[in-house]
Amino acid sequence: MENRSFYNEILTEHNIHPDFKHDIPDADIVLDGVNPSCGDEIQLKLKIDGDIITDGAFVGDGCAISQASTDIMLGMIIGRKKEEAVKMGNTFMRMIRGEASEEEIESLEEASALRDISHMPARVKCAMLGWRTLSEALKNES
Amino acid sequence: MKNYKKDFPLLMQNPTVYIDNAATAQRPQAVLDAVNGFYQRHNANPLRGIYELSVEATEDYENSRRAVQRFIGAAHPEEIIFTRNTTESINLIAYSYGLSNVAEGDEVLVSIMEHHSGLLPWQMVCRQTGAKLRFIECESDGSLDLNKVEALINDKTKIVAATQVSNVLGREYPIREIARMAHKNGAVMVADGAQSTPHIPVNVTELGVDFFAFSGHKLYGPMGIGVLYGKEELLNKMPPFLTGGEMIESVARDSAVYAEIPHKFEAGTVNAAGAVGLNAAIDYVKGVGFDEIHRREFEVSGYALDRMREIDGINIIGSDKAEEHNGIITFTVDDVHPHDISEILASDGVAVRAGHHCAQPLLKHLGYRATVRASFAFYNTKEDADKFLESISTVRERMGYGKQKLL
Ligand SMILES: Cc1ncc(COP(=O)(O)O)c(C=O)c1O
Repeated sequence: MENRSFYNEILTEHNIHPDFKHDIPDADIVLDGVNPSCGDEIQLKLKIDGDIITDGAFVGDGCAISQASTDIMLGMIIGRKKEEAVKMGNTFMRMIRGEASEEEIESLEEASALRDISHMPARVKCAMLGWRTLSEALKNES
Repeated sequence: MKNYKKDFPLLMQNPTVYIDNAATAQRPQAVLDAVNGFYQRHNANPLRGIYELSVEATEDYENSRRAVQRFIGAAHPEEIIFTRNTTESINLIAYSYGLSNVAEGDEVLVSIMEHHSGLLPWQMVCRQTGAKLRFIECESDGSLDLNKVEALINDKTKIVAATQVSNVLGREYPIREIARMAHKNGAVMVADGAQSTPHIPVNVTELGVDFFAFSGHKLYGPMGIGVLYGKEELLNKMPPFLTGGEMIESVARDSAVYAEIPHKFEAGTVNAAGAVGLNAAIDYVKGVGFDEIHRREFEVSGYALDRMREIDGINIIGSDKAEEHNGIITFTVDDVHPHDISEILASDGVAVRAGHHCAQPLLKHLGYRATVRASFAFYNTKEDADKFLESISTVRERMGYGKQKLL
């Protein structure tokens, strides 16, 4: 059957073989993120050195969208400044709301694989879980 | 084979394979016409005016009450109270009967199969009164061991509440036997008929229940109309749930004399059009007949169940026998989250439900967090089942788990 669903290879790969789904025992920030209505849950772990996110990982359980989106996010933000990560999160949210320009979407690299979520209102929360948790984690920290 | 979809305008206009009937069914033209007809010809505030339109509206409304009475085999029309839905019906029992008849040290016994609507009202009663909430648990296939049920009921038990058909497992439970055990110990029996009324003929007198609740919208009727059946002698003694207009005999500055049942429990302007629509739905269902409904649902869901067992990685929850599912098939697919399964089905035009189905304690008891539910109605066809099967047989592959092979 032709794959009309939006689960492209980028998403399924990050879901099945996540790069950052593991523990960081000495993380500087640990924050839980949950979508109570769907039961998606993650625990985001970050290591911070001054302004820089030096390492990050997550553990958890949920749908492919929530898990892949979080994994992709971590690949993008590790090694960046906190404020850059927050800015990316804002661009991601704009993309999901269907408000981002093509240029902005391109700047999101792999995360742009989730752009079609803007047509799937029931799944927006799943795609946002990682980014929402990240922004809360960084807000609490500063 | 008769094409019942022709009776349902939405199904004729919309190509979606609609197999989320346990959430809400579609409505036949006859129901839409009845609701429309009420507003076009008889609309007035029932039970209030003396003029002809109001009398007609009142007649329409009270005719519907008698239709419901006959449909579920109640002894008197006054035992039928119109509510918004099953949830409101059970809350009415809990707030009115529950809070006045349950006290500290008492026990309320509910089944683990309850929909949240059949559980939370009893949690409230127990919290407010200090009574203890206890659970009837099912076996891993969803069946009940009646000996275990009997052992849970004692002279402290004041209320036993159980769903007649589970919205997750589709299984029917022996309400009559449970009611007998409850009565032997002086408890009242509350049955949730939200999922039974669309599939099996119900007779509350034969079941011996004290209270019975169901929703119009799952029975091909309108949304916003539901039913509470209660035994006359119990309803007469119960305090009103909501107070206000239309439920009184007379009102003074600081007191009121309440109306007789059923009006005592129907405060405010009633949903007469909804009741009229429910009457039409009952007529429609009787016209099709429960034998035919059962035959069609069994044929299509039985076929789907058999084929699902041949697909690698699918786990079906509940009984092995299709006749114990009442068209409801709840399942998981290995490695794939239920929301992703239903997303893929949706992209193939198949509408199913994913999640906890408002029965979190049951799923937890059975060892699941979330599942997918396909629920077939008598209008669903083998072609519907085939589209569903084609879609689920590709789910693992489309989520990147290699090609799915037939066993
Ligand atoms: C067994 C059962 N009880 C209660 C309900 C609640 O029905 P309603 O939402 O119409 O009040 C449902 C519907 O989902 C149900 O399946």
